[in-house]
Amino acid sequence: MSIEVRNISKSFGAFKALDNITLDLPRGELIALLGPSGCGKTTLLRIIAGLEHADRGAVILSGQDASDKHVRERHVGFVFQHYALFRHMTVFENVAFGLRVKPRSERPPEKVIRERVHRLLELVQLDWLSDRFPSQLSGGQRQRIALARALAVEPQVLLLDEPFGALDAKVRKELRRWLRRLHDELHISSVFVTHDQEEALEVADRIVLMNKGRIEQIGSPREIYNEPATSFAYGFIGTVNEFRGRVEGSYVRVGNDLLPHGRTDLSDGSSVVAFARPHDTEIVKGEGGEGVAARVNRILTNGAITRVELLANGEAREGKKDYFEVEVTPDDLVALGLSTGERVRIKSKRLSLFGDQK
Amino acid sequence: MAYTRARRVLPGFGLSLGFTLAYLSLIVLIPLSAVFIKAAGAGWERFVETVTSPRVIASFELSFGASLLAAAINVVFGLMLAWGLVRYTFPGKKLVDALIDLPFALPTAVAGISLTAIYAKNGWLGQPLSLFGIEVAFKPLGVLVALVFIGLPFIVRTVQPILEDLDAEFEEAAASLGASRLQTFRRVVFPAIVPALLTGFALAFARAVGEYGSVIFIAGNIPLVSEITPLMIITKLEQYDYEGATAVASVMLIVSFILLLIINGLQAWTARRSGRSA
Repeated sequence: MSIEVRNISKSFGAFKALDNITLDLPRGELIALLGPSGCGKTTLLRIIAGLEHADRGAVILSGQDASDKHVRERHVGFVFQHYALFRHMTVFENVAFGLRVKPRSERPPEKVIRERVHRLLELVQLDWLSDRFPSQLSGGQRQRIALARALAVEPQVLLLDEPFGALDAKVRKELRRWLRRLHDELHISSVFVTHDQEEALEVADRIVLMNKGRIEQIGSPREIYNEPATSFAYGFIGTVNEFRGRVEGSYVRVGNDLLPHGRTDLSDGSSVVAFARPHDTEIVKGEGGEGVAARVNRILTNGAITRVELLANGEAREGKKDYFEVEVTPDDLVALGLSTGERVRIKSKRLSLFGDQK
Repeated sequence: MAYTRARRVLPGFGLSLGFTLAYLSLIVLIPLSAVFIKAAGAGWERFVETVTSPRVIASFELSFGASLLAAAINVVFGLMLAWGLVRYTFPGKKLVDALIDLPFALPTAVAGISLTAIYAKNGWLGQPLSLFGIEVAFKPLGVLVALVFIGLPFIVRTVQPILEDLDAEFEEAAASLGASRLQTFRRVVFPAIVPALLTGFALAFARAVGEYGSVIFIAGNIPLVSEITPLMIITKLEQYDYEGATAVASVMLIVSFILLLIINGLQAWTARRSGRSA
């Protein structure tokens, strides 16, 4: 089922949770709604599900306006962050719930319910737990049961609210991989909410990046990572070095330092913020010349890549020191011969500049 | 859990068990056993004769019948009250919430007098009701009204925290799976609060059986019609019939104990069925 969101706005009192959101989600994809907490991603998911109603705008499911439909009638499977498994029912009864509450005319016979529940439990690899109660399961198992329960009614679309939010790091990674595999098997249109960029980049076909009730960027994980469209996108996804300053010819003046930017379309004196990924940033020895001055703070060797953490020379901004991170290959590290505490300069050939709104 | 000699993390099992038993004996068991010893003093025949006399039987029927019925009524309406208080916000909610506890705090005689004044034939509610031929004061119905009044807070206060704990997420999950409102209540909400309802029922019932002050005013205490068992006991005491009074009291104790045991059993059963103590 395709999901279309048209001009959705939603406020909670004076707080604008969603500001005129329009979004087209094609069928069959696994989509991540990504953003910091409070960006409106969960509200958007709940509006798509029908658990929350928009102040303005429409939700169109499979080409039909579903805005006034009750969550019961939307045929969406919803998986809650804290699972919301019915505590007084066994795992089996939890999964069977959606089938048992169907109107008598549509309700499958007991034998069919049994078969279907066991098939779903096998799908989530937990058939052996069917007689247990939710309180006897681990977090990861509960999440998988919640998923099986949502799938039991054969929903057109699967919506997951921070599905791995309450799990520890190891289980999280396993479940991520498992969700991806499950999606590749079932091809059901799925949308999941997350604030974890790594999770979104790893699992989703497509990422919708949100901030302050607006969409910042929509794209594949590769696009989102390599071609961030806005300064927010740059800052939110991945590790990044950030420089704020003013344009001076072919340089950005950052404090007392000059950072070459290589662009020609910038007017002198405009405030900009410049970003560079750690692997696109280079270290230059010596104190003079172009680049932003910094001091080597720590050298972290972890596998093939060495990360060099540097402390900005300038005084602390807003009470906290600026750190930079540069990734260097072992060869470069030997060539540079860095030592902790050494004063160096950093610059980048692939600097991305955005007008500074602040 | 029971009597393993394994090392315990929490110390003082022996001490706390000993204290529990000693305290319970001192406060509850010894005074209660005195009732039975006193009742036995008159001999078996006197005992049977006393507790099977028509007036006493009628009072048992009224006391236990009205108490069970009042507790049942409170389960229904107390649940509705608790639901309203937990799920909705409205102006004056705090005030309403405080009002619930009033039957706890009010001296029972005050409650009895005001209920009588209101439900008597010339009272605010008694007058319009009498037009429909319904008499409340000085009838068994009056006993019921008084017992409903004093039992209400027990249900509300036991169910309220459970409802607060029951996240709206469960109802949303049920709805997203296609359940109607009624199905959601019956299959998701109700089973979750049954143990609390049973506890509330047991408390309200126990309180109602022992209630004296608020009932005797509105009951009118007409022999064979509106005499409650506690009144029978007082009446016998006033006639210095200690054996008779303790005989009635001991029957009352045994029946109450059996009923409470049944309710507790029910509660344990629902808890087991819902995996809470499996």
